Amino acid sequence: MKAHVYKRDHINTDEIIPARYLNMDQEADLAKYAMEDIDTEFVKKVEKGDVIIAGENFGCGSSREHAVWALRGAGVKAVIADSFARIFYRNSINNGFLAIECKGISQSVPHGASLDIDLKEGKIQDLDSGKIYTFSPLPDFALQMLECGGLLNLITKS
Amino acid sequence: MGQTITEKILAKHAGKKSVKPGELVNASVDLIMCHDVTTTPAIDMMKEHGIKKVFDPEKVVIMPDHFVPNKDIKSAEMVRKIRIWADEMGINKFYDLGNHGVCHALLPEQGHVKPGMTIVGADSHTCTHGALGAFSTGIGSTDLAAALISGELWFKVPPTILFNISGTLAEGVYAKDIILEIIRRIGVDGARYKAMEFRGPVIDDLSIEARMTITNMAIEAGGKSGIVAPDEKTIAYLKEHGAEEEYDLMKSDEDAVYEQVIEIDVSDLQPMIAFPHLPDNGKAVTEIKEKIKIDQAYIGSCTNGRIEDLRIAAKILEGKKVPKGTRCIVIPATTEIWKQANKEGLLDIFMEAGATVSAPTCGACLGGHMGIIAADEKCISTTNRNFVGRMGSPKAEVYLASPASVAAAAVSGYICDHRKLGEK
Repeated sequence: MKAHVYKRDHINTDEIIPARYLNMDQEADLAKYAMEDIDTEFVKKVEKGDVIIAGENFGCGSSREHAVWALRGAGVKAVIADSFARIFYRNSINNGFLAIECKGISQSVPHGASLDIDLKEGKIQDLDSGKIYTFSPLPDFALQMLECGGLLNLITKS
Repeated sequence: MGQTITEKILAKHAGKKSVKPGELVNASVDLIMCHDVTTTPAIDMMKEHGIKKVFDPEKVVIMPDHFVPNKDIKSAEMVRKIRIWADEMGINKFYDLGNHGVCHALLPEQGHVKPGMTIVGADSHTCTHGALGAFSTGIGSTDLAAALISGELWFKVPPTILFNISGTLAEGVYAKDIILEIIRRIGVDGARYKAMEFRGPVIDDLSIEARMTITNMAIEAGGKSGIVAPDEKTIAYLKEHGAEEEYDLMKSDEDAVYEQVIEIDVSDLQPMIAFPHLPDNGKAVTEIKEKIKIDQAYIGSCTNGRIEDLRIAAKILEGKKVPKGTRCIVIPATTEIWKQANKEGLLDIFMEAGATVSAPTCGACLGGHMGIIAADEKCISTTNRNFVGRMGSPKAEVYLASPASVAAAAVSGYICDHRKLGEK
């Protein structure tokens, strides 16, 4: 699980998946353009299971869930940010996609660090330096959705 | 303990006497809005889960707007899929080409929005509808599918920031300038997860359309919703737009608890220009020292594409010419607005000035079509976002402003104080 670090705040959904690709809605199609307007090299560098580290208010802007799908389709396992915009966070939870709020992380984790995430304990370990970052564990309903694979599985099951 | 209007609406729809900020509730939704970009994934999800009907077709309104008239084969296929699905579901409130428009201008215009409602829309600017005293918020496609299936959604009750807007708005300073100033002060995440309630004598004086410009951009401060308590103007608007006469007029209690109260006196407010690449990067036009030449001026969108906006722009463009090297695009937000603008002679004024007028669409606001900008170009726009790549090339720049400021830039070729247009 390698970290791709973007120290900037307010990385918005237009940068994560530009609107010129919104005439598509399949994860595999969107994945080819993930993060294109912030980093054209991202899809070449990212490997399955990697994580994105970012600053405050990650995912601000549009309600397009395509942002979550593009990242997940590109292989991203989780986004760990100082904070998240509301709709992106909600879309992540609803998709069973990991969005972890961890204040200050964008300024401390080095690019390329290998990370390990313990969801139940609320801990992220930098396996290279041994440094541990803590976060408030996800609320129960979010964990439940993660286990179910998303909101629709949860509501159609009940 | 008193409650805010937002808490009251959510409590009522969650079947509770009261709710507190931070509390998770399941609330029923009164109105669900769908457009072309975010609906097809919800349709697929419902099909994957074997769901064959929506909870109540009467509570669903569909309005393809982002890439209409269809910009390419893929978007044509998306709208076709929605059209077929809507028929299968028995959803009749479908605004197809010919009576279509930008969703947040169309929904209230057609009388679907009423005070006290809970409204969700698969578009971030759904916060617009709070201008009529509803709780209205943007959601993604999974939430859309969940709401369509069950008629309810989970919400974390937001704390409210109260914006008390006082003073006297100077001539030539508009609602857009107020909201750009608010966002400049609190930042693009200043109201993250929060309800933004707007109140005060200045808000009282604003028309409903102008209030919509303000609530529309609540999301640009990270807000979950924007709201103005309903008053006599709201009731008059509802009547004029044929809304059913059954609605819930709520307002915040005197002793409601706000997370923060922000007092803003707008007496000294100047026309605002939000510089690239964030909506909170606003500057008073009087403080701009550099000469900024623009390539394109864009008048339209759910923020400022309504009839009052077009009247303001026409007043400035009348009898003037867009200079060589500058382009001006005007997009009335809905078919009704287009017809009204035509009737009033506004479209003639725009075209005589050398602007082009398009059919209603979200168009270039989000970099869709109808006015995409190239690398190194600058566009001044009445829209809501100036993010990198928002209206086209990631190497282009977008400046946000009121219809008056955009029209003035269109005829001068430069960002300028529209109140001084024509002065040497």
